[in-house]
Amino acid sequence: MLIKCPDDIIPSEITSQDLYLRRRDFIKTGVGLFGMAGLGATGLLASSPALAAPKPTPPFSTARKSAFSTADESLTSYQDVSRYNNYYEFGTSKADPSRYADALQTRPWTVTIDGMVKQAKTLSIDDVLKAAPLEERIYRMRCVEGWSMVIPWIGLPLAALLKQVEPLGSAKYVEFYTAVQPDNMPGVRRRVLDWPYIEGLRIDEAMHPLTIMAVGLYGEALPNQNGAPMRLVVPWKYGFKGAKSIVRIRFTDKEPRTSWMKAGPTEYGFYSNVNPEVDHPRWSQAKERRIGDVLKRPTLMFNGYADQVASLYSGMNLKINF
Amino acid sequence: MNLKNPSPRDIALVKTLLFALCLLPLGWLVAGFCADVLRINPFGLPDEVLGANPVETVIRDLGDWALRFLLITLTVTPLRKLTGMHWLVRLRRMLGLFAFFYALLHFNIYLGLDQSYDWSEIAKDIFKRPFITIGMLTFVLLIPLAATSNQAALRAIGGKAWMRLHQLVYPLSVCAVLHYWWMVKLDTTQPAIYAGVLSILLMVRVRDYWRRLRQRY
Repeated sequence: MLIKCPDDIIPSEITSQDLYLRRRDFIKTGVGLFGMAGLGATGLLASSPALAAPKPTPPFSTARKSAFSTADESLTSYQDVSRYNNYYEFGTSKADPSRYADALQTRPWTVTIDGMVKQAKTLSIDDVLKAAPLEERIYRMRCVEGWSMVIPWIGLPLAALLKQVEPLGSAKYVEFYTAVQPDNMPGVRRRVLDWPYIEGLRIDEAMHPLTIMAVGLYGEALPNQNGAPMRLVVPWKYGFKGAKSIVRIRFTDKEPRTSWMKAGPTEYGFYSNVNPEVDHPRWSQAKERRIGDVLKRPTLMFNGYADQVASLYSGMNLKINF
Repeated sequence: MNLKNPSPRDIALVKTLLFALCLLPLGWLVAGFCADVLRINPFGLPDEVLGANPVETVIRDLGDWALRFLLITLTVTPLRKLTGMHWLVRLRRMLGLFAFFYALLHFNIYLGLDQSYDWSEIAKDIFKRPFITIGMLTFVLLIPLAATSNQAALRAIGGKAWMRLHQLVYPLSVCAVLHYWWMVKLDTTQPAIYAGVLSILLMVRVRDYWRRLRQRY
């Protein structure tokens, strides 16, 4: 597998802050025109400009563009990205996280990388921000519920973070733990999921260049409801694989039992790769509604990232390893 | 107005008001859909009044209202017995028809905006997904009840057979709650509330049935 990524971007390639701030005006205009042109198809777009992103601030606003970004897709509005969330620690409705996540304490913040490593390490959020140059990664995000977004994340390759420690040769998986702050998270009083929220990846998935630790979006620090101060983004997997507000990363030789696997072993598997041919037992995964669209569109294999990631699963039966 | 024994004029007035009231949820969804999706917003509704996924909101709210009207319809008889306001039964048909009306809209918007009238996909959905199967069953069972809700049909079928036919409302209400329960991803609080209300309404019927049996023997 050959994955090319420019090592550095020449200054002239970098969008000026001024242009960056106005970029959604351009998108809005584009969306409007597209909407008028394609009223019948996926048209009738309802991209909403009302809630603007907060003022971009460094280091997030100066993140460099990435060749791994998805091109030719219009971004989901900041309002939708920050107000339509699944973050069950704050409640099970989509509106709960934006309503309650202000209470989340994100500073000081540390993440411990331990388990099957030579020497465990605890990093502060500032260490994480300095572990590698921040990049803007525009990715599709497909929720297992059948909707999707296109989000301009700011983050760094997870590999850069994992390289801060030396894993043992026997380690095969990486496990991620979300923060539990009972006083600040009204949702954890009810045991709808087994807290803390646990997710996991195979090491090769975790080290894949598409996998990032996101620390921001839309040129700004991550809103709390999106998993501040750092959350996992694995664009070819269903959204719930992207554990939010991560406090611990553990190397292990056993396949992690994730919170969703415990909640519904027949419905949520360890891999949870986006796959239009493998349905959720209770609903089809063949289509998705892009937030802002009226009608659904076909879901793409590995969420459209098959070229980059299909080789990770060659020879595997994806119906069994769902 | 005499609550126990209102005049025909009063009942007509109540019916008119109730009719308007029953249309309010639809009015809200239509206004919200126009504002959010079609960008027609004469009433100046706040932005994204139906949320980021307005189509899903519309489908789910219509389903919620169908179920609510079903349960409200089932409340009429116990309420009548409890209060002695026997004229309430004259509101029952309208309430039941509103349950059907909202179910019809719920079903059609699922067909159109969720499935784009892709009939092979819809057929697969109905046969493969238990929650769709049972939702479909609920709707199918509602049809004969709506169709025979008028006086002419009642006379044609005969009172006893008509009563028996309309007892379908009990199993179909259970189906409606199951449809909701099986659809929910994880947090079943909402369907559990509906299940609780329905259980009470059904237990009242069982109790009354036992009482009638005992009186007979």
